[in-house]
Amino acid sequence: MAHQSDLISTDIGAYLKAHETKSLLRFLTCGSVDDGKSTLIGRLLYDSKMIFEDQLAALEADSRRVGTQGGEIDFALLVDGLAAEREQGITIDVAYRFFSTDRRKFIVADTPGHEQYTRNMVTGASTADAAVILIDARRGVLTQTRRHAYLVHLLGIRHVMLAVNKMDLVDWSQAVFDDITAEFTTFAGKIGLPVFTAIPMSALRGDNVAERGSAPNWHEGPTLLSWLEAAPVGDDAVARPFRMPVQWVNRPNLDFRGFSGLVAAGSVRPGDQIRVTPSGRESRVRQVLVGTGETPVALAGQSVTLTLEDEIDISRGDVLATFDAPVSVADQFEATVVWMDESPMLPGRPYLLKLGTRTVAASITEPKHRVNVNTLEHLAAKRLDMNEIGVCNISLDMPVAFEPYAESRDLGGFILIDRMSNRTVGAGMIHFALRRSQNVHWQALDVDRAARATLKGHRGRVIWLTGLSGSGKSTIANMVEKKLHAMGRHTYLLDGDNLRHGLNRDLGFTDEDRVENIRRVAEVAKLMADAGLIVLVSFISPFRAERALARSLMPEGDFVEVFVDTPLAVAEARDVKGLYAKARAGELKNFTGIDSPYEAPESPEIRIDTTALSAEAAAERVTAWMEGELDYTI
Amino acid sequence: MTAKGQPASLTHLQRLEAEAIHILREVAAEADKPVMLYSVGKDSAVMLHLAVKAFWPSRPPFPLLHVDTTWKFRAMYEMRERMARELGFDLIVHRNPDALEKGINPFDHGSALHTDTWKTEGLKQALDLHGFDAAFGGARRDEEKSRAKERIFSFRSAQHRWDPKNQRPELWRLYNTRKNPGESIRVFPISNWTELDVWQYIHLENIPIVPLYFSDVRPVVDRDGTLIMVDDDRMPLRPGETPMMKSVRFRTLGCYPLTGAVESTAATLPDIIQEMLLTTTSERQGRMIDHDQAASMEKKKQEGYF
Repeated sequence: MAHQSDLISTDIGAYLKAHETKSLLRFLTCGSVDDGKSTLIGRLLYDSKMIFEDQLAALEADSRRVGTQGGEIDFALLVDGLAAEREQGITIDVAYRFFSTDRRKFIVADTPGHEQYTRNMVTGASTADAAVILIDARRGVLTQTRRHAYLVHLLGIRHVMLAVNKMDLVDWSQAVFDDITAEFTTFAGKIGLPVFTAIPMSALRGDNVAERGSAPNWHEGPTLLSWLEAAPVGDDAVARPFRMPVQWVNRPNLDFRGFSGLVAAGSVRPGDQIRVTPSGRESRVRQVLVGTGETPVALAGQSVTLTLEDEIDISRGDVLATFDAPVSVADQFEATVVWMDESPMLPGRPYLLKLGTRTVAASITEPKHRVNVNTLEHLAAKRLDMNEIGVCNISLDMPVAFEPYAESRDLGGFILIDRMSNRTVGAGMIHFALRRSQNVHWQALDVDRAARATLKGHRGRVIWLTGLSGSGKSTIANMVEKKLHAMGRHTYLLDGDNLRHGLNRDLGFTDEDRVENIRRVAEVAKLMADAGLIVLVSFISPFRAERALARSLMPEGDFVEVFVDTPLAVAEARDVKGLYAKARAGELKNFTGIDSPYEAPESPEIRIDTTALSAEAAAERVTAWMEGELDYTI
Repeated sequence: MTAKGQPASLTHLQRLEAEAIHILREVAAEADKPVMLYSVGKDSAVMLHLAVKAFWPSRPPFPLLHVDTTWKFRAMYEMRERMARELGFDLIVHRNPDALEKGINPFDHGSALHTDTWKTEGLKQALDLHGFDAAFGGARRDEEKSRAKERIFSFRSAQHRWDPKNQRPELWRLYNTRKNPGESIRVFPISNWTELDVWQYIHLENIPIVPLYFSDVRPVVDRDGTLIMVDDDRMPLRPGETPMMKSVRFRTLGCYPLTGAVESTAATLPDIIQEMLLTTTSERQGRMIDHDQAASMEKKKQEGYF
């Protein structure tokens, strides 16, 4: 094989020096079946002399045996690597091929054209800097051409070449070429595809691939190879603000604590001020290590280990970002989802989502719409089947650092994993985080009491303890909460102390204020129960009407009234806080039982006689009643 | 490898190195019990070097596993011991006890049975024995057609089988390492490197390799057009066969009776690279296990071969 450079034979040292500085372009080839993708790649390898003699001999033998070129060399056989592909003469999975020119090294992803292998095409497109879309000049823009152009655009590839192939079979007709280009331009405008370059070509004969060959001179654009050599590499990631998802915490001994990861955007230098997301902690970079050595600067695309000036808590999944342009955090997104598994995407089913270096639990809403990738129509859909693409809302169980996919593949692209089979079932591209107003609307539709109950493993409820001051409500409520908590229930205790000091601090002890006090408590308890918590309310709540109001806010059976029944004489005799004495002395006005009435419940769910039961026994009884009488499995 | 001053774009080797290191770290972070397969060849040498870089100043958080056939070149065994010692790796050597007992060798049993018993079966035994759930290998996509189609994270069933028609989608830099108990993943951090990249990286980074890659005068016999080195006295000579002293080197290293030498005077890395660039046969041609039948590598891989 002869790399074009004569330096190889004359001055290998100089050649190696030159080769060292070559950049790397990753591109994919796509287009309709039989448009000649594999042939084109075979041609590129052949023309850049990347096919060795033994491979050529094997290729000639294969061409005679199973080739489709009537005994001539069938370049497609070079790249279709799986037995099934060679037998069926189709490309099933993406193949990666390598070649280089004097200016650049290339990795080609040869992607399949059939719709049922869309997921493999998306795999190939996800890492590509540029795309070559092939068209058979005799057949023009086909459904598959449109689908691939759409996917190329969806995956954010900005540099696109339209290669109108098999021009030799239409006698290099300029009219044919112009018609195809015009039709594709219209379509590209519809999907928002940026500028593209079009060339007429014959991959089989090699015209306009590496050389002009017999291509006519009415086309003055570049050859395919010269376009590939000039296409910008990567994206503008280096110019963007610094971001690095932490992959691994490097801690060989007590004196070294480094954070390893691949720089997703920007650059990083010692002394740079950084912020950790989501914790928000800040520090400065002390060292930047690439491999075993320190470096003055590392760029997007490099794997580094950073040490910081301060000892702050950072773990895998966190994102380090430049201080003055911190990265956003959210737990709900709108995203385009490409479904890749035989079992369909079902709204509400829990999946795992991997974004950057973080994996979290996720659920997906019903698609807002599905995209017909052939016509670009938006269709209503209840689910996504394999190879379908839709726009959905995604909800995570914890906030993650992210950026829109249009700005960052590394922080805007995610995969979805099935929790049972562990298969990669989908991929997605974040559009934006959902704002609060959108969330409210969306939650009301999709995340309801039942959804939250499923997540928590039990239903939200209100346990309302009522009784005289000093009856033992708070003591019992406390014990009940501890017991429920120990059983893994999600609880919260509302009592006079935590509400009167905050939300209700504007309220006194008049009857009006007592009513308002209980109304607020009831509303807060309702929201918390709606959120899935078991809420313990410990308030004197002397009036039946307000307790009835609280009960009316909750679904039937989710309000449990517990009457902590302590006779006034007993409570007054205990007088733990000395309040009865003050009330009797006239220092406290409107004290329940003294100069304000207490209306005992007529039919509470549970009645606790504290003259007969200890606080512990009472708590045990409430807990047992909850566990025994209430169905936690919804 | 970064120049001082204004940020520039990365070279192809910088991009490939960064990708490989990212992959190594991803496995270290997510796998329960990873291992690095070590074959002592040049690709393995690059893998060791990348592992040291990925985790520096920590030691790489996994051991090396050499699936031995007892028929490697002596120089390879010396290199293996030296590298494990110098780089501070834990080295596990596995030799298939059944093959050892039956004395499986390439001369009496043929290359297919030899490879299958020592390497394919030996590898499966070793992975099962130690419960490794992720194994790094130095395979590259430019080596062979079915490799060109393989994912970087290549999922294997509990029976170590590869299902080429049902590979997990692999997008961006997001690798799905999840699996059920018993299943495992083979991970190929240098999938996207070519033979030239490997040589150039060895040259740039000054990575030690087995001296057999360099030309020297060595005793060889010509067997059916392939030059086989007589590395020890276990090699049965055919009637009339006498080892010749020839200036040869190896483009690829495996079991010495199965690895063809090429006549060469290339004694330095630039010489080797020059020879490679000007040569007309591909790398695996020197290995006798690949061209038994069409798609033979794909078949071997489905059966659990690396």
